[in-house]
Amino acid sequence: MADNSSDVLPGREARAHLDHFATAEQQRNTAMAGMWIFLVTEIMMFGGLFMAYAVYRLGHPQAFASASRDMNIVLGAVNTAILITSSFTMALAAQAAEEGLLRPAKWLLAATILIGIVFLGIKFVEYYQHYRDHKAPGFGFQTNLPDPGGIQMFYIFYFAMTGLHAVHMIVGIGLLAALLIMTELGRFSREYHSPVVITGLYWGFVDIVWVFLFAIFYLPGLHLHG
Amino acid sequence: MIAAPEITERNYLTGKEGVLSWLLTTDHKRIGLLYVASITAFFFIGGLFALLMRLELLTPPSDLVSPETYNKLFSMHGIIMVWFFLIPSIPATLGNFVVPMMIGARDLAFPKLNLASWYLFNLGGIVTLYAILRGGVDTGWTFYTPLSTTYSTTYVIAAAAGIFISGFSSILTGLNFIATIHGMRCPGLTWFRLPLFIWGMYASSLIFVIATPVLAITLLMVAVERIFQVGIFDPALGGDPLLFQHMFWFYSHPAVYIMVLPAMAVVSELVSTFSRRPVFGYKAVAFSSLGIALVGFLVWGHHMFVSGQSIYSALAFSLLSYLVAIPSAIKVFNWTATFYKGSISWDTPMLYAIGFIGLFTIGGITGLFLAALGLDVHVTDTYFVVAHFHYIMVGGAVMAYLGGIHYWWPKISGRMYPEGLAKLAALTVFLGFNLTFFPQFILGYLGMPRRYAAYPPEFQVLHVLSTAGASILGVGYVLPLCYLIWAWRYAPKAPPNPWRATGLEWKTPSPPSVHNFDETPVVNYGAYDYEALKGELGLG
Repeated sequence: MADNSSDVLPGREARAHLDHFATAEQQRNTAMAGMWIFLVTEIMMFGGLFMAYAVYRLGHPQAFASASRDMNIVLGAVNTAILITSSFTMALAAQAAEEGLLRPAKWLLAATILIGIVFLGIKFVEYYQHYRDHKAPGFGFQTNLPDPGGIQMFYIFYFAMTGLHAVHMIVGIGLLAALLIMTELGRFSREYHSPVVITGLYWGFVDIVWVFLFAIFYLPGLHLHG
Repeated sequence: MIAAPEITERNYLTGKEGVLSWLLTTDHKRIGLLYVASITAFFFIGGLFALLMRLELLTPPSDLVSPETYNKLFSMHGIIMVWFFLIPSIPATLGNFVVPMMIGARDLAFPKLNLASWYLFNLGGIVTLYAILRGGVDTGWTFYTPLSTTYSTTYVIAAAAGIFISGFSSILTGLNFIATIHGMRCPGLTWFRLPLFIWGMYASSLIFVIATPVLAITLLMVAVERIFQVGIFDPALGGDPLLFQHMFWFYSHPAVYIMVLPAMAVVSELVSTFSRRPVFGYKAVAFSSLGIALVGFLVWGHHMFVSGQSIYSALAFSLLSYLVAIPSAIKVFNWTATFYKGSISWDTPMLYAIGFIGLFTIGGITGLFLAALGLDVHVTDTYFVVAHFHYIMVGGAVMAYLGGIHYWWPKISGRMYPEGLAKLAALTVFLGFNLTFFPQFILGYLGMPRRYAAYPPEFQVLHVLSTAGASILGVGYVLPLCYLIWAWRYAPKAPPNPWRATGLEWKTPSPPSVHNFDETPVVNYGAYDYEALKGELGLG
């Protein structure tokens, strides 16, 4: 094996990049490009739902506003603040990894995971409340508000879009857990840390999606709160 | 370097042995071959459905199969051929095999993702085959709502799930190509020195990553509506069926260009190599690929002229659809201009390339007929449309795929193919194709609607012609399958560059070594620069 034959200075430099790349820099740049392209596909995927939401909101403006009034704005706002905080810890983790500060990076990754779980917990409480109030389409949906079709459409998109977002959160938490283990195993260094940075991009994207979701589901009925 | 000499002498086929070494390979060349195996299987399954349909249409009444079965046959023919053959055909096989070599790289940027894409593709295929074996789908390949979400009693969810899964294999392939073409070109290989094949792959990859996620989310919404019986698209439940059509065609029209841009990419290589001239107007042809990709996103509404969309939308979509003709014509004219004063040789790949140019032109021009609002209303949902898109997809994409397979066969297998037999097959395909689909233009213009198992007796002559043509076409497809399997073992060995072509892939041995190049190549000449490579290619 090549690893054993070169016993003098096996060298991180020699194995700092995969075989099919010419340099570590090329590998890093290509990996970054890959994640950016992936995020484009994510924008198109969520974009389809945003577009359909827009179509039905234009068709049922009153129903969307009054359905949105029943959202728990406090939990929504708290969750938004929580998620933005997790972006902050994630960004710090990526920064720390880039500078080779692996101990802080580890703690920051752990904090990001924890905050992500809290977000999902609060989301679950909200889902349970909707279910209990017969607001889950397909599960005995009922409403006394005018234009029940429009109200139900609001909840269909609410569950579809926040649900897809939650799936992305779960995937993200899984990725962060993998990073945590890799950090623990000493896989990262000042030279090699792009998985942390790339996962940071993904996490940031998922956060930004939530900011839009908060705006389109919790805020349209705000003026009706009186 | 560290690599021992005996490793460089072994090629990618013999480098590692055993079934596992193939199933776990991350070598782009082997993954390309895995894809060849998968899509060939799907091609013949989809072809079987077509065969049954043509047999049913031999006689006016629906006597061979019931109308319900016929509905399933055309649905499954469409689903298999579009998503499990045409979409992956050239990019996932030839693209996978050739792209890294053409840009002087050792592999694609993300080899593991590449392998994952093959597994996702097969998983999606198996789920779809499950739907077929359980009794099939009868919604047409377009899954129009509310038929698909409310009224159909067939296996819609399973079929949609299969397409959903395989969609991610498309996304991964596109993502891989874009990252590779941006980041892994060898020194000196600037954008305008790239072979036009790379430009075509790049343009179709853009469509892969931008359009496919929209299909994914649309199918997901169909599944949600069908499972929970909540209205998203069904008007009886408060949904909007036109929204489904908009979202579906936002993907599915660009998907046509996923099929034909790679075909054009192959043809650019073939035309240059077998005319021994640089492609005329290189930059125009390169940008026309991007042009088609861009304009392709703006024309989906022409599938909905009679759906009840606003007449003003229809006018805009009609005009925009005409624009597609500009970059398409740029390609056709520049290919034919490339022949001028060229040193033309009539090897099999060239026959396919010339066949492509003719058939694509017919398909493209009838596409303009359909972009015209007034005429489209007359021939909507008739065999005219069927003939038109088969001229693009079968006459175009499949011809180019076969041309490309023959062209790169010496590189792929390390052996030649039987030239005489191959020419015969190319001719058979061309004749069989035209006999199958040209009568359908006439049928459609006379008013024969698509998707019917029975028809009035006066259409029988044309239908019999079409079925006869389909039988010939079938022979034309089975022939290459047989002689290429034979050639894999027994044909004479191929030299590294049998066509004296200019692409970097021809600088590797046939078949290539595991890492393609022992030394990273350096490029200081443009694409198709036969003058600069005169000595190397042994040209006079």
